[in-house]
Amino acid sequence: MIEKNIPDLNLPPLLETKPGIDKQALIGEIQLVNFFSSWCGPCRTEHDFLMRIGKSNIVPIYGINYKDKQKAAKKWLLDLGDPYERIGRDVDGRTAIDWGVYGVPETYLIDKQGRIQYRHVGPLSESIFKEKISPVIKVLRKQTNG
Amino acid sequence: MAKNQLFMLTLAIIVSFPLNAPAVEPSEILQNPQLEARARNLSQNIRCLVCQNQSIDDSNASLAKDLRKIVREQLVSGASDNEIYDFLIARYGDFVLLRPPVKATTYILWYGPLFIFFAGLLLSVLFLIRRKRIMPEEPLSLEEKEELSSLISREKEG
Amino acid sequence: MIAELGHYALVLALLIALVQTTVPLYGAAKNDFSLMGVAQPAATAQFIAIAIAFGALTHAYVTSDFSVINVAENSHSLKPLLYKISGVWGNHEGSMILWVLILALFGFAVAQFGIHLPPTLKARVLSVQASIGVAFLGFILLTSNPFLRLDPPPVDGRDLNPLLQDPGLAFHPPMLYLGYVGFSMAFSFAVAALIEGRVDPAWARWVRPWTLAAWIALTAGITLGSWWAYYELGWGGWWYWDPVENASFMPWLSGTALLHSAVVVEKRDALKSWTILLAILTFALSLMGTFLVRSGVLTSVHAFAVDPERGLYILAILVLFVGGALIMFALRAPSMKLGGLFQPISREGGLVMNNLLLSVATATVFIGTLYPLFLDATTGQKVSVGPPFFNATFVPVMIPLVLLMAIGPMLAWKRGDLSAAMSRLWFAVALSFGIGIFVFWLHSNEPLTPVIGFALAGWLAGGTLKEFADRIGLFRDQLSKSLSKARRLPRSAYGMTLAHLGLSIFICGAVADSAWRTEVVLNAKERDKTSIAGFEAQLENVERLEGPNYHLERATVVIRKNGKYVTSVFPERRFYPVQQMPTTEAAIYTTLLADVYVSLGEGSKAQGWTLRLWYNPLIPWIWAGCLIMVLGGLISLSDRRLRIGTPLKRAHKKVQANGLPENA
Repeated sequence: MIEKNIPDLNLPPLLETKPGIDKQALIGEIQLVNFFSSWCGPCRTEHDFLMRIGKSNIVPIYGINYKDKQKAAKKWLLDLGDPYERIGRDVDGRTAIDWGVYGVPETYLIDKQGRIQYRHVGPLSESIFKEKISPVIKVLRKQTNG
Repeated sequence: MAKNQLFMLTLAIIVSFPLNAPAVEPSEILQNPQLEARARNLSQNIRCLVCQNQSIDDSNASLAKDLRKIVREQLVSGASDNEIYDFLIARYGDFVLLRPPVKATTYILWYGPLFIFFAGLLLSVLFLIRRKRIMPEEPLSLEEKEELSSLISREKEG
Repeated sequence: MIAELGHYALVLALLIALVQTTVPLYGAAKNDFSLMGVAQPAATAQFIAIAIAFGALTHAYVTSDFSVINVAENSHSLKPLLYKISGVWGNHEGSMILWVLILALFGFAVAQFGIHLPPTLKARVLSVQASIGVAFLGFILLTSNPFLRLDPPPVDGRDLNPLLQDPGLAFHPPMLYLGYVGFSMAFSFAVAALIEGRVDPAWARWVRPWTLAAWIALTAGITLGSWWAYYELGWGGWWYWDPVENASFMPWLSGTALLHSAVVVEKRDALKSWTILLAILTFALSLMGTFLVRSGVLTSVHAFAVDPERGLYILAILVLFVGGALIMFALRAPSMKLGGLFQPISREGGLVMNNLLLSVATATVFIGTLYPLFLDATTGQKVSVGPPFFNATFVPVMIPLVLLMAIGPMLAWKRGDLSAAMSRLWFAVALSFGIGIFVFWLHSNEPLTPVIGFALAGWLAGGTLKEFADRIGLFRDQLSKSLSKARRLPRSAYGMTLAHLGLSIFICGAVADSAWRTEVVLNAKERDKTSIAGFEAQLENVERLEGPNYHLERATVVIRKNGKYVTSVFPERRFYPVQQMPTTEAAIYTTLLADVYVSLGEGSKAQGWTLRLWYNPLIPWIWAGCLIMVLGGLISLSDRRLRIGTPLKRAHKKVQANGLPENA
């Protein structure tokens, strides 16, 4: 899926206070898209780091809540914190399949044109972000500025 | 009881297929037996991506179930087998097919054994020819000739 | 204390193996009988030492000594005794102890029974065998030591994978290892021959029984594994082309070629280089199988070692031994005396083709299994190679092989008459045709694949039976004469006939099951009925019960035919609390001609349960065919000539009335 355009999607919002996700929202800036669920153990593992990214404003994170119960997901975010600018609900998992997702958590790096530039399967960590994702972000930023 | 039986029979669809299939649930089975047979066939060629070496037809994993549903939905809406495979390849790559496609990267897979056969055949033939040249056959010794003639004469009598 | 004893025994075994590797080898080079003579007691001592180690580990399991890490991780006090014992080899470290035990056992056997072996050959064989022992004992002591302690010991163990708590599976690894490791003997003989610079018929006479024994064990082991997968995994499948299955299948294919090749060396003093090469290759495949399973390079139902260090060590062993042997082969083989000549159309020629086809079959499985790894490692691209690939590539190689199997034995040694052989095969053609037509008549509106499959099986059976009949002069001579000929036939003749017939039966079973299996899936509440293949199945009830270390739901399914009661079967769903793992125990109703296979899925009284039923035609013939092959091998092995290792003395060649030499 690398270098491919993100598929069409139109996901309803999880929370009343934040919008859901559609294709337009993912075009225009560099961002991370993170597939997560409240029932997923490794998602909890990566969550602290996602919170740090969210606070640091390096790059915005959009969340896609995969095959989850709305109540459970809301509670999960309430307990652990919410790093996402937008959260969409993928109730039946079809959107995930369109993105080529195997399971949760998975994180994608999207460029300004709405193309997938990097994909990480499994929980995100500081070292993976530093070594694999940061360099790509830097390159993408240079391209648009230069 | 008879009504229940009938209900069960209509719900249960008897499917003939080449391999086993433990994971399709009754609720997934399509009404049209031809489409269901195609679904089973397709499923057996599609890899369960979160399992070790199983097809989506063989696996209980939730992703496998989702993919089975997609296959059936597309079949019902009239998609061809290739269109369904293409749909999955676009999202998951060649990895999703249990029968690897024939492309440059898989020539070794598909043509390798054939090549080995012909190479082996060639080597064997060359070896045999070479040996024949090195070791000409020895003629029969006198004793062997006598034995041969006595055998032949016995054969004629018996 | 006992664990420490086991540990010391392993170290001792390693030291003995080092001695056994070096001293006899040096002695053979110097023709020093006392140095060569070290091999025999060393082999005996090595075996005893490893047996002590194995015994110590078994003792730890049986007494549930959880201070030993290996026991704590792989056992549980509640496990039944049989599975405590089989748990010894149901994990990585323990299975490696079993591996070296069997390695030492074969060395010990050759040391004890190899009385007539030429002393230099014997010394070198035992030396090579010991060198393998050194490598693997080193591996165990450095990376996979089962005797490490845990302090403080846990209260109880972590239980064995419930899938492995099964009688069939208890015997699958030992049998498989007898096969894998047994081929190490052929390898040792091959390398010893290369060192000697000589391969004569005596060598082949010695290689054949050990190779045959290993082949028998491997056949039995694979069959057992396949049968286990069939009834245990709940899916009714018996072969998945899973990488670990392939890992055991490849040495089997290669070992079969080796077995047949060794016959030619013995009888005709030909095909020596090919036989040595096959011996090296077969053991290489055994080692590779070990590497594949142990390194975590692939993961499947079997993988219980996910440690890269271990994988690298085994890879190093593989490269060292196989590479070394191949280099020796390249250096020595050209200078070895060439064997007997033969025409391309002859039994030797047939066996060359047999070797070639089996090698291609092995290569097919090899490429299919390893290519995805290779591609991923080099380019990062991922492809999947599953059953569809193997069915498309492996089966086409088998077809000419089966055709050949009937023709080959009909050809004479050295110079065969193809037209005569083909005319003798009229019976095979007739049987093949007859079966094909019969199958076609039964399944007329369906694809022709099973018809071809059955026709091939008929061809093979017909050819095998005709060859046997010709040999004893059946229908040609008086019956009494034929019977006396049959009595005097060497056992290896019976062995071959049975083994080939066994394959024919296997083909029937495999073809029938693949082509005509039917399945019914339904949601059933208690008292619901369904039907499959002329049987009626009714779900009577589902009970909740307690087992020794699991909870279960057991269904009672009554099977009737035409209203009459046939049998009841009891499929179960089990849950093992310690491992938090559910399993299904399928229920199977077997007749000689088919299985009705019933599996219980999830469900409840209110919603009903998912019930799956399969009708598997001729599937018992798969196991029967394989067992007959094993039986054929055993009968062949019991041939007195093989055991004594001397040729049958013949005053002069006997000739049968039809002009063909009496083939033994």
